[in-house]
Amino acid sequence: MTEDNYNKNTPWQDLTPGGDIYTAGNAMEFKTGDWRSVRPVFLSEKCKQCGLCFPVCPDNAIPVGKDQKRTDFNYDYCKGCGVCAKTCPFGAIEMKEEGV
Amino acid sequence: MPYNLKEIIAEKPVRFTAGHRMCAGCGCPPAMRMILRALHPEDHAVVSVATGCMEVSTFIYPYTSWTDSFIHTAFECSAATMSGVEAAYQSMKKQGKLPQDKNTKFLAFGGDGGTYDIGLQSLSGAMERGHDMVYVCYDNGAYMNTGIQRSSATPHFADTTTSPAGKVIPGKMQPRKDLTEILEAHHLPYVAQTIGVNNFKDLYEKAEKAIYTEGPTFLNVLAPCPRGWGYPTDMLMQINKLAIDTCYWPLYEIENGVYKITYKPAKKLPIEEFLKPQKRFKHLFQPGNEWMIEAFQKEVDDRWEKLLQLEKATSEPNAEAK
Repeated sequence: MTEDNYNKNTPWQDLTPGGDIYTAGNAMEFKTGDWRSVRPVFLSEKCKQCGLCFPVCPDNAIPVGKDQKRTDFNYDYCKGCGVCAKTCPFGAIEMKEEGV
Repeated sequence: MPYNLKEIIAEKPVRFTAGHRMCAGCGCPPAMRMILRALHPEDHAVVSVATGCMEVSTFIYPYTSWTDSFIHTAFECSAATMSGVEAAYQSMKKQGKLPQDKNTKFLAFGGDGGTYDIGLQSLSGAMERGHDMVYVCYDNGAYMNTGIQRSSATPHFADTTTSPAGKVIPGKMQPRKDLTEILEAHHLPYVAQTIGVNNFKDLYEKAEKAIYTEGPTFLNVLAPCPRGWGYPTDMLMQINKLAIDTCYWPLYEIENGVYKITYKPAKKLPIEEFLKPQKRFKHLFQPGNEWMIEAFQKEVDDRWEKLLQLEKATSEPNAEAK
């Protein structure tokens, strides 16, 4: 199920019976990054990998690898709320206005 | 196994993905994601959400943010839906129609509207019938999804669109209902009140306990709403911290009737600290309205005091003596 075979122009006859969704977790195909008006900037040299920002992102836009270390933001989903920046005790996340 | 946040985030699968349409900075998704992480990776889950922000924004056709089975349900019946699913599962397992070596866990979610108000009877029924399920209420203190109408979880004096603060009324005129205590009155094996704060230890551990305690269990999670509460979007974690440090939202659990307060602030902050950043309480700080803050503080103090008494009265030595 993707945007290609189901979109707002799909006639109702072609929708799945009962409006069922067969692909678990396919919201990942829907990018929410274009909601953002401010962008978090990850300053890796200041980051101590303390982990406080890992769980706070509502949009799971902070990728954490198997080595238990975070990397740069996933801007496909980040809505720019700034919760992570305010949580960081080391100033390793800076909020910058988009398009400036 | 001691709690290790980094290991949990790195190792455990995300069962609530990105791409949902909840507002930027919403308090629900981080809490829900952490609760689902408390599931053992090999276990499957069935999730049902009562109408509310979480339902309408995470399951917009043809997309779902849930990697487990999800049932779209009406406002009042997330607990009823889940109890039916659980009963069917138990029966099919007994008949040998489902694999015996695989576990499925049942989670019902509801906002405060779908839990405190509209879904209360179905929740009470499901809990009383003893289904092996968890009910999680994410309490954002009003009907945020439809435009911030008051619910019975809305705190006293809060300004909402159906309890507007002005010359005639001082915001919501009634104190907040204490749902956790209502659930405790069902004598459940596990009832807890929690929040996502600091490293989310409290939330994760209570969720794990709730999911893996046999029988009906209940979690009440405070989930701030930047839009409805009127605080700057990036302040989510600070608001959460203030909620527990002022004892507005005490963290405690009740295991088979024994109360345990899981966080006692070293210095209990005055309630103003929690109220001040929120626009819905702006009128409390106008001259002549000091009585509202006093009344609010008294309400918080009384409930906290009562909780301390309950903890003392049900603590282990007493419980054993019974």
